[in-house]
Amino acid sequence: MTRYFLKRLAGAIPTLFIIITAAFFLIRAVPGGPFDQEQSLPPEILANLQRAYGLDLPVWQQYGRYVSALAHGDFGPSFKYKDFSVTELIAQGFPVTLEIGVAALLLAVLVGIPAGVFAALHHNSAADYATMSLAVVGIAVPSFVVLPFLGLLFGIRLHWLPVAGWEPDSIRHLILPVLALSLPPLAYMARMMRGSMLEVLRSGFIRTAFAKGLPLRVVILRHALRPALLPIAGFLAPAVAAILTGSLVVESIAGLPGIGRYLVQGALNRDYTLVMGMVVIYSALLIAMGLVVDLLYAWLDPRIRYSG
Amino acid sequence: MSALRRLRSNPAAVAALGVILLLIAIALVGPWLSPNDIAALDWAHVAAEPGLVGAHWFGTDRLGRDLFVRTLDGTRMSMAVGLAASAISLFIGIAYGAVAGYLGGRTDHVMMRVIEVLSGLPLVFFVIFLTVVFGRSRYVLFLTIGAVGWLSMARIVRGQTLSIRRREFIEAAVASGAGTGRIIAKHVVPNLLGSVIVYATLTVPQIILFESFLSFLGLGVQEPHSSLGTLIAEGAGEMEAAPWMLLVPGTFLAALLLCLNIFGDGLRDALDVKEG
Repeated sequence: MTRYFLKRLAGAIPTLFIIITAAFFLIRAVPGGPFDQEQSLPPEILANLQRAYGLDLPVWQQYGRYVSALAHGDFGPSFKYKDFSVTELIAQGFPVTLEIGVAALLLAVLVGIPAGVFAALHHNSAADYATMSLAVVGIAVPSFVVLPFLGLLFGIRLHWLPVAGWEPDSIRHLILPVLALSLPPLAYMARMMRGSMLEVLRSGFIRTAFAKGLPLRVVILRHALRPALLPIAGFLAPAVAAILTGSLVVESIAGLPGIGRYLVQGALNRDYTLVMGMVVIYSALLIAMGLVVDLLYAWLDPRIRYSG
Repeated sequence: MSALRRLRSNPAAVAALGVILLLIAIALVGPWLSPNDIAALDWAHVAAEPGLVGAHWFGTDRLGRDLFVRTLDGTRMSMAVGLAASAISLFIGIAYGAVAGYLGGRTDHVMMRVIEVLSGLPLVFFVIFLTVVFGRSRYVLFLTIGAVGWLSMARIVRGQTLSIRRREFIEAAVASGAGTGRIIAKHVVPNLLGSVIVYATLTVPQIILFESFLSFLGLGVQEPHSSLGTLIAEGAGEMEAAPWMLLVPGTFLAALLLCLNIFGDGLRDALDVKEG
């Protein structure tokens, strides 16, 4: 098994490398540059700027410099946020994104999974239909509709919570964005959990467990839950990567200073290093989570044995 | 035939289809009924509440533009994108997935590696790239969204193809001397249809969602045309003073996506296809 994971890890590094390379050349292939402004700069100043940032070099040389800096953990300076390095920008915003992201994921797991189990146990009852109808709403309605609607209801009509804005250590400002952020994964997990639980409940070892006379609670918790969690683990990998790199929509509507806006803003401003920093973090997270999920699979279902 | 009967006996799916057809009808006919033009600025009724004044049935925005006409125009746009871009992503996804799954081996390995790399790159990235290179017309938007939305379709088709490949009728086709291209086109693809139809109906709402997300960011539809995404973005900024600017397009988008999802789920149950 250790061999298998070492092999997977060795396979992940070239993938990450290819993604970084593709992103690097793709973003530079987009017409326009970081110093294009409404008023064009005098050519001498532009040339100086480009020299200062190494943009006057051939692209493959810039690539070499970027990759070797990256290998030393240096994401480079931002082109648009003068005086800030990409590392500093991300370090500033990440705590906020992490805070709402972890809260949203916890909420999604802690509500979504039990809701799915509940629906499966009451298969084809009114409770099942009600839970699954709510789940479809959660899946279908996007966060940029949900969050403003929540703000309108709880903020403007009821005055219970602030509509937007951010204050250090203020939980009240985070409630609505966390709700909006957690709703889609929550609903997905509830639905997947119901489906996989129904399937597991039909399998032979569950019938045996019931035949032994075990109470329902024990059968579910000790026998059915682990194998039924398998598809959830697969769903969580991309979900965690997406949530931890920040939701542009939720953060911008709620006015939170997270890292969600950097990718799109950076790409629109041709802030090459900022975009690359976000791509590196996202794809590294995605690949790392893929490995974690493989480990989870083996733990959840002892029948899975990886061979080197 | 029994699939159609199963679908008809699912009240939620039937109701959802009804709402979808209704929305299509309103979106197509509605703008003709209103005396207001999409780009016309009615300075006498700025940020007017929904009502009969000036025939602004859904109210107006900060510039006095009629929200009824703009919302329906946006709904039309969403539907057009949903259909056109889904068709494009379907076409690419089926071709790619069927070839990878049928050829197998090293080709399959490389093709799946390409998908892995592409899904590691953020989608917005390609959209910005393509719209900057090719300009920002709505046709470019269709193509762009279609061109980035095919990855999961290709994965599903490949998985299905892997199992179809081992069936006897493929062996028979090979034995009778049919070429690879012919086998994929005539024998593999037609047998994929069940899962493809189901996945396609679930792709449409995803694509609509993606388009409104792009328009929300200002990367999608251009003025004077509207998109539900741009309207919601504008409405979210005005929700204190003019909540209808948010509620009207938000409700349209939510209803459209919700019904498409419910209908897709019903279709999946009726055709008894497992999600890939």
